[in-house]
Amino acid sequence: MSALAHIGGSTSGSAPAAQPTPTKRGKVAYLLLLPGVLWLIVFFVVPLVQLFTVSLQSKFPGYPGYYYRDVNFGNYLTAVVDYWPHFARSLLYAGLATLLAFILAYPLAYAMAFKAGKWRGVMMICVIAPFFTSFILRTIAWRQILSDDGWIASALNALHLLPGGHITETWVAVVAGLTYNFLPFMVLPIYASLERADPKIIEAGGDLYANGLTTFRTVTLPMSMPGVLAGTLLTFIPAAGDYVNAELLGSDISTKMVGNGIESQFFRVVDGYPTAAALSFTLMAAILALVFLYVRKYGTEELL
Amino acid sequence: MSRRYPQDPTARRLASMAGSPFTRRSLLTGVGLGALGAGLSACAPPLPPWGNGPAPTATGTATAAAAAPSTQLPTDRSATDKTVAWANWTAYLDYDEEKKNYPTLEAFIKESGIKASYAEDIDDNDSYVAKIKPQLQASPRQDINRDIFTLTDWMANRVIRDGLVQPLDLIRMPHAANLRESLKDVSFDPGRKHSLTWQSGFAGIGYDKSKVGRDLKSLSDLWAPDLKGKVTVLSEMRDTVGLIMQQQGVDITGKFTKDQVAAAMDEVSKRIADGNIRRVKGNAYMEDLKSGNAIAGIVWSGDLFVLRAETENENWEFVIPDSGGTLWSDNMMIPITSTHRRNAMALMDYYYRPDVAAQVAAYVNYVCPVEGAQEEMKKIDPELAESPFIFPSESWIKEHKVQGFRALDAQEDADYSAMWAKVVGN
Repeated sequence: MSALAHIGGSTSGSAPAAQPTPTKRGKVAYLLLLPGVLWLIVFFVVPLVQLFTVSLQSKFPGYPGYYYRDVNFGNYLTAVVDYWPHFARSLLYAGLATLLAFILAYPLAYAMAFKAGKWRGVMMICVIAPFFTSFILRTIAWRQILSDDGWIASALNALHLLPGGHITETWVAVVAGLTYNFLPFMVLPIYASLERADPKIIEAGGDLYANGLTTFRTVTLPMSMPGVLAGTLLTFIPAAGDYVNAELLGSDISTKMVGNGIESQFFRVVDGYPTAAALSFTLMAAILALVFLYVRKYGTEELL
Repeated sequence: MSRRYPQDPTARRLASMAGSPFTRRSLLTGVGLGALGAGLSACAPPLPPWGNGPAPTATGTATAAAAAPSTQLPTDRSATDKTVAWANWTAYLDYDEEKKNYPTLEAFIKESGIKASYAEDIDDNDSYVAKIKPQLQASPRQDINRDIFTLTDWMANRVIRDGLVQPLDLIRMPHAANLRESLKDVSFDPGRKHSLTWQSGFAGIGYDKSKVGRDLKSLSDLWAPDLKGKVTVLSEMRDTVGLIMQQQGVDITGKFTKDQVAAAMDEVSKRIADGNIRRVKGNAYMEDLKSGNAIAGIVWSGDLFVLRAETENENWEFVIPDSGGTLWSDNMMIPITSTHRRNAMALMDYYYRPDVAAQVAAYVNYVCPVEGAQEEMKKIDPELAESPFIFPSESWIKEHKVQGFRALDAQEDADYSAMWAKVVGN
């Protein structure tokens, strides 16, 4: 709550000139807002309320697969007790993937913004192109790349560097898949904020006798922080809720994430609806809490 | 219309609580709020079907009428609307690559004048039924625009139990009598009042003989040290657990206990933990066999023959384990919302003509449930007519100890699905 207030306060503080005045234009703005708000109510708020009511339902005694309306917080207890390892893995894998994506994306975005020249367009297409094919297909393609008879696994096996003998069905493959699939969400916001930065300010760092590293640390990086913040959120949030990578690249038991638990409780377990709903809500709450803490700590005035 | 209330006092109290406070009319008064109303009324979960008989006709309270979906069949429009829509699994009907159509289905359309449409809607029992069930259970029910769907035994068991399908008029289906003797009376649908087998298949051991380097005969052969991490098993609980139960000496057609099921599941858990089993998978296991991630496993018979043809590798072998194999079937049923009941029954009946069934079997290579098709197959492909994996004789089935997994009651179904989810780490 206070984090929200903090963001709200800092944005309005940073741009006092843009305060809208209650004129006719203001009313038009509200009207334009209406379709979006209606959309959100019908397709987000209503389903969310329904999901919440389902998460509190109880099993109908004697009729598995049927439920009755109730206020049963026991579902949340079941969800957390049975699935805490899945939650831990989700947050850990998503965190690792976000870190890896940042390490890969920053130099790429930097090169695109400052060094690419005429190649900038080509690089941009390379980053975006994977979106033109299905997420599932691309992940299945990774199974081929990492398969036992593929060159990566064979090479590592030949050097005796692969303890289990295979890469797929390990957590490494899951994190690699998550990193790959969400990399563009990290690259694009960082690129956008670097591209907007005035090169003269960075040059000024050198003029003031700072070496390259110091200039980067004190000038370039802070200027790109809004992009970094947005990129980490756009990577971490979907990665934590993802189940496709764990399903396609991971193993049974040891690498399953919360999403797999939700899928299974919803589709496969006969009377799992309330648990699935409780898991979804707990995941949402956990991510929301983490994001608030994170934004509060690192949020800058330029964020919004 | 009123509902039959359960005997159990707790359930009775809950049933009265569960009645929606809204009547349908009051919900629909606000036209603008229609969408919102639909969303919120969906908050009330559907009520269980009390008993399996037809609904009593006495008039009841408004709340009961609003909450309990009608068990009355929709009016049949078959005579005036000559169409039928069929939802089936992928690659499950003879297909002509050149003409881009289904020859047997085209012949049916020509002969009967009923415009049959065919959709490969289903690739997973659970997700397909999860998708259509809310519509079938809504009050009033919403048409799913399909007149036949094809579901595996255990899912057929659930939809029949939940009253989501229409009864068949066997008197209108003379060829249905061609159903294999052993499939005529199944535990999930005694007397075949609601369902008719589409195709059957076996679960057993599949392996690449050239890579394994020896014959695999029993399930324990799969856990050999040199196959560690190269074995895939089916996520279909009744096949993987069923085979292991058979190996442990349990009769999967009989009244086995929860402990016996748990013992078989423990075996799977142990093999996963030890790294013998690479992955527990659904249809996607084929991809692992192709890529070499797995070279042996618990598989479905028809898939192995497809794999053999696709990879042009004759080394792929399918065997029924020495302790026995499982036989499953996919079953055609008419969803409760269908308004083309007679057309659907005409289509089902058509596929029970031996000559038509043989044409389908020659394409899909699964176990053909139609008596007399074997003779017809001799005209098409004499070699296939001799295959026990398409036309197994009753004595062959006995000799190989092939059995169908007994239909579970609702509580067992719920318990075992939850136990199985834990085994595979979901």
